[in-house]
Order: sequence, then structure tokens, then C-alpha cells
Amino acid sequence: MRCRKAWKEQAMAVHIRTSRVRTGADALIGRMATVVLCALISLTAATGIARAEQARVAIAANFIGPAKALIDAFARKTGDVVTPSFGASGQFLIQIEQGAPFDAFLSADDARPATLMREGFAAPGSAFTYAIGRLALWSGSAAFPAKEETLRKGGFTRLAVGNPRTAPYGAAALATLRSLGLYDALQPRLVTGVDIAQAFQFVQTGNAELGFVALSQLHDRPPGTVWIVPASLYPPIRQDGVLLKRGEGNRAARGFMNFLQTPEAKAIIAAYGYAPV
Amino acid sequence: MTSQPLLSDPHGAVQALRLTCALAATTTDVAMLLGAPLAWWLARGTDWRRDVVGSILTLPLVLPPTVLGFYLLLALGPSGVGGALSRFTGRPTLAFTFTGLVIGSVIAALPYVVQSARAAFETVGRAPVEIAYTLRASPLRAFWTVAVPLAAPGLLAAAVLAFAHTMGEFGLVLMIGGDIPGRTRVLAMALYDDVEAGEWREAHLIAGGMVGFAFVVILIMTLAQKRLARRKP
Repeated sequence: MRCRKAWKEQAMAVHIRTSRVRTGADALIGRMATVVLCALISLTAATGIARAEQARVAIAANFIGPAKALIDAFARKTGDVVTPSFGASGQFLIQIEQGAPFDAFLSADDARPATLMREGFAAPGSAFTYAIGRLALWSGSAAFPAKEETLRKGGFTRLAVGNPRTAPYGAAALATLRSLGLYDALQPRLVTGVDIAQAFQFVQTGNAELGFVALSQLHDRPPGTVWIVPASLYPPIRQDGVLLKRGEGNRAARGFMNFLQTPEAKAIIAAYGYAPV
Repeated sequence: MTSQPLLSDPHGAVQALRLTCALAATTTDVAMLLGAPLAWWLARGTDWRRDVVGSILTLPLVLPPTVLGFYLLLALGPSGVGGALSRFTGRPTLAFTFTGLVIGSVIAALPYVVQSARAAFETVGRAPVEIAYTLRASPLRAFWTVAVPLAAPGLLAAAVLAFAHTMGEFGLVLMIGGDIPGRTRVLAMALYDDVEAGEWREAHLIAGGMVGFAFVVILIMTLAQKRLARRKP
């Protein structure tokens, strides 16, 4: 109690001292603020003129590899900058509905772009399929090679998948397990990443022996074995992109979406293991 | 952990609540058992070793949970300490397990425990314990029968802080949990899933409940401290 009183007195003293000084310092601070403000304004003006147009694009996590290559190729060609954000498609749907500042959206499915179109967040007629995804089973453990037999035999402790509620590749993984009739048996061993990138990382760090990932994530040939899941076992992963309403006037956003449909871009996408559109 | 289906719990919110309480209680117990003696040791001197240990223990307070999550993911995994330990139970990793979460949240909660408990022990001072020594009490006995009762309010605050902090743990769980219902899907994680999936109703239920819980905890702490302060001469 006594301590608190002393503290209060000290605070009062400081307050009195500062208010006395303030009148004298006010003019100086005011002048300094003006100088700083002017410098800031001229700085932003200068960079504003020099800077190429910039677009923010929300991109499904399975597309990280090709997206980086595509953005580089696009920048070399046009000088425009595309800033990507990577995450689960479901996550981006909610964020865009809540006004996230994205100019375009590359989803890992066709349902979420359709939803955005219906709700009026996307530019009409801008939806197109940029890739058809392929699901792969990846094993980092020599004891459990990636193949259908291993899934049937069991014995491993953890199987990583993307969150089926938000990540289309996670949903495709569960569809595959259901087609194989293994869902009930393997369900207790599933570990769920927030997106397909986290599912990949769970296998990469060895915390899960096996994981369902996008084939594109294995482009750099990480150690381990890979089983490309037959397309008959899960509904096709049609990956659609849309230009969003706030990107309609953005040259970089429109340009990038058009670029994705050129043969040059399609070759890059195919090189990462996507099926031709 | 039992995981039998519960009535009217379609998204597992009740299951997540039980799991979160279990995690918070276990974490509080372990963090107090480790943290109180450490705080006692830290409070009884000012040499450089204590400064170093004190600084290390404070690290989780200023680091983003993702830093802790990243190191833990490697440490708990097959090539880390956790993997070596869990091999005794036939599992290759401690990640994605309740034990793994407890280890993580104890590390995250320790700074809160140590700081509160250390302040409490420092307030008690050396005199009462030294008097106990002159009456031929052993160090352990002096700690348990003199220092701990005198520092009780501060220790209680430490425990409440550890519990409340663990209830709100998220970044760490996101990185080492694997979102397994009944084992690692705590409330904050269930809320994240619901928001991402657009399940607003369920999300509101969890988020509102957590706001209410946090408010009650803070209010009780404030009232308790007021009462304790009034009781003191």
C-alpha cells in the first residue's frame, strides 16, 4: 500500500515536470514533425512512380512450387510483381469473404471459386481451370514404402493428411481411403495439417511415416518413396482460379491470370506433375 | 483419454473442452513442480548463474510460439530426444501425442510460473527461512513449512496463470499437435478449424465460452488479490 502511494507521488511529479517543459519543446517538435512528414511524402511519391504494378494473389498450398516459378517468369516478362500468400483453400475462401486484400485466388478446387462467383466476390466470367491436381502417397520411412499394400498392411503409427474440411487434397486423401475401404481402419492414425504444406512437413520431419500430399510438392525429389494415387480412387481435383472484384482494375492481377493460360505457363505447371487441363 | 461418442457433440466441442482442461491441469501440475523450486533458487541470490538461468527461463515469453513449435517438432521427432524416449513405447515420435503437448505447454508456461513464484519468494525474504534454520529446520522442511505457506498467494497466482495460459495455447498446438480429436485437438484448435470451415455457430460457442472463462479467471484473481492484500498488516 505504502509502495503504491509513493509510486503515485512520483508519477505526479513527473507529470508536472513534463507539462512545464512542453511549451518550450512544442515548437521544435512541430518543426521536426513537418520535416519528417515532407521526407516521407517525397519518399513514397518517388517509389510510387518507379514501382511496377503489384498484385496480391491467394494461392492454395499445393501450388507453392509452380507458383514461384510462374511468378518469376511473369515478372521477367512484364516487370509486374505478384505477391503470393499460401494456405488452405477453405481458409482463403473465408478470408476473401471477410474482405481480405487479394486481387486473385488460385484455389485447389472448383467449388470455392464457384462460391465466390455466386456471392459476388469474383469478377464475372473470370473463372478457369489452371491445373488438375494429382494426389500422391509419400513415405519418408524405409520400413513403410509408399504403396497401396503398405496402407492395407498397416503397422505404421501416423498417416498425415491435409485438413479435409479446408484443404481439397485432404478431402481427396479421405476419398481415396474410403475407395480402398480403409478409412475406418486408418482413421485413428490420421494426423491433420492445416493445409497440404503442413501434411508434407509432418512427413519431412519424420513425425509421420506416411502422408498424402500433392504430387507437385515432390517435384524436388525429396528422399523416400512415392505412390501416385490412381485418379479413379478420388474425384478429380480441378483447380480453378478467379480474378477477384478488387483485382479487376489491377493490371498485374489480370495479366497474371491471362499468363496462366498461355502455353509457357502450362508447360511449367505440367513440369510440376499436374495433369493437363 | 477416453473418446467415446458424446451426446449432442457433433463437432467435438465438449471433447475439446475436456481435453483442454486435462492439458491445462497436467501442465499446471508439472510447471509448478518444476517452476516453484527453480523460482526458490532464483530468489535466493543474485550471482550470474541465476541471471543466465532466469534469462533462459524467460525466453518462451518473448519468442513467438512458432519458434518453440519448430524446435519441438524436431526435438520430439524420430531424430530428436522425444523420438528416442518414445521408442520405448514403440512409437517413433512424441509429436501428435498428449505427452508432446504437455512438454510444449510446460515450457511455454514456465516463465509465468517462475516469474510469479520468484516475486512471491522475494517478498517473503530471507529472514523467516533463516529463523527456521536457527531452529534446526532442514532446507527442505524450511521450504515446505515456511517459504511455501508465506508465498502462497503468489504461488496460487502462478498456478492460475499457468492454467489460463495453457487454456489459450494455440501456435504451439498448431505446429506439433496434428489436430487429432480427443488427443491433441484443444479448444483453440477446434475454434480455428470451425472458423476455417465456415462453421460460425460452433465458432461463436467456443470463442464466447473462452472469453467468459478468461474474464472469470481474471476477475477471481483480482478479487483474491484484493482480499489477500487487505488481510496483510
